[in-house]
Amino acid sequence: MNYSVLKGAGYILVHTPDMIIHNGTTQTGERRANPESEYLKKLPEHLRSFEEVVSYPPNQTYIGTLKPEDLNDFEMPWYDKQVEGADRFGKFGEIMPQDEFIGLIKINDVFDLVMLESNFSKEVKKKLEDHPLVKDELVAKLKDGEDISDIQKAINNFAAEAIYHNDKVVGCVKRAHETDPNLNAHVMFENLAVKASGVLAAENLIAKNDINVEDIDYVIECSEEACGDINQRGGGNFAKAIAEMIGAVNATGSDLRAFCAAPTHALIEAAALVQAGVYENVLVAAGGAVAKLGMNGKDHVKKDMPIIEDVLGGFAVLVTKNDGMHPVIRTDLVGRHTVGTGSSPQAVITALITAPLDKGGLKITDVDKYSVEMQNPDITKPAGAGDVPASNYKMIAALGVKRKEMERKDVATFGSKHGMPGWAPTQGHIPSGVPYIGPALEAFKNGEINRAMIVGKGSLFLARMTNQFDGVSVILEKNTGKIETSGSGVSEQEIRTMIAETMKDFAKNLMGE
Amino acid sequence: MSVFDGKKIIIIGDRDGIPGPAIEECLKSTDAEVVYSSTECFV
Repeated sequence: MNYSVLKGAGYILVHTPDMIIHNGTTQTGERRANPESEYLKKLPEHLRSFEEVVSYPPNQTYIGTLKPEDLNDFEMPWYDKQVEGADRFGKFGEIMPQDEFIGLIKINDVFDLVMLESNFSKEVKKKLEDHPLVKDELVAKLKDGEDISDIQKAINNFAAEAIYHNDKVVGCVKRAHETDPNLNAHVMFENLAVKASGVLAAENLIAKNDINVEDIDYVIECSEEACGDINQRGGGNFAKAIAEMIGAVNATGSDLRAFCAAPTHALIEAAALVQAGVYENVLVAAGGAVAKLGMNGKDHVKKDMPIIEDVLGGFAVLVTKNDGMHPVIRTDLVGRHTVGTGSSPQAVITALITAPLDKGGLKITDVDKYSVEMQNPDITKPAGAGDVPASNYKMIAALGVKRKEMERKDVATFGSKHGMPGWAPTQGHIPSGVPYIGPALEAFKNGEINRAMIVGKGSLFLARMTNQFDGVSVILEKNTGKIETSGSGVSEQEIRTMIAETMKDFAKNLMGE
Repeated sequence: MSVFDGKKIIIIGDRDGIPGPAIEECLKSTDAEVVYSSTECFV
């Protein structure tokens, strides 16, 4: 079988301190319910500087400067640790400061909904001119800006959503319709942030992996927001909007939604489309979720920690036809949490982990690295949600013992051998399996691993349509270097099956005689 | 006889731990009445 391959990955973070206060739902909800709360008063003292965000070890891991395993060298908690000499640009991507990102939102606004104050616009334009990946024709979209009094008028009289930087109003997003709730200013703000961060992730992928953007045939966008209007909530589509911005003139695309499991669903679908020969190059991309900024902020402030959910996350990966070099996506070894699977941990781990292994005749220990929900435990542990990757590894190891593939004594070390500490921000879809694709590409290249499993899980019950949750998984494998030529007609596996069937018939005939 | 017999039960499950429906299933062998069951996502 000619599997498709993972050619490259791009990862970005955007430091958005003012958006935590004004756009994160934990904070906006608190402001509505309890505007004088102690939490809201204390919150600004707990925000980190851009330099602190850049030198934070999990963030340096996300952009590829550190390997996930390097995090073991830092004693937890990590929020008071720094990576010496940390840079905003890494092997896989970058960490962008808020002011540049606001400029990027304006650049991505094709309906003239974003107003930026003139001085701010000029300063940001200067900064983006120096950005290695924002092309001149895009920077040129930043015009002279607007008078602050006009921006205030739009906010006060026409329901525009304010854009803050350094606690000052520097612009706004206007509503795209007077009465349509799906085009109001709040939704437009969130959606433009998804588009801009998705574009930034895709630009990093393209630049760092020597990809010809015109070769991209299709884009699957898999983030957590929905764009559409009153007659078609979630009608779409971020994918084609991102394709347009990055110059993928030969691409169309569509949005795929499955809560946090969406990126792994997207990866499997991209692999299938390429393997089937429908498209040659499929880009899977996602922007970040403004709503989730500071999601666990109350616990972090209570524990006198900085707010570390202060970044938007984005990622982009390119799936292409087999080049004999990059790791293959084993579309025949896919795990699925089906409607009938049930919800006990054992049933879930069986469906997602051991079912695809059994299909391939593999043991749990045959997979070198499992990338599960790679949430950063620095964020989740103080909030009472525990260390999510570590508990996933314990469950996988327990099943390994039950299947007699491992000794009970090896359960404790399974996570460090076949897993990694979590490093991704709690942006929902962002930590879900896919953060490891970049590090996996490096590990395959360096001969450190032969097989990895990407696992995505999603909380479908949050949409109140079903009590079900969801999950899918897929195995990545070292490329054997063999490429089947098209038109050969029959695969090696098919020939084996044909010979086996002939032998069986022959034996039957002999016995019959 | 179980400690749950005759009790009204509120279940809050965790997607990455024990989800609500799995806890409900365990209570089926008792005489407890599940009055509310939900699964939450803490990440």
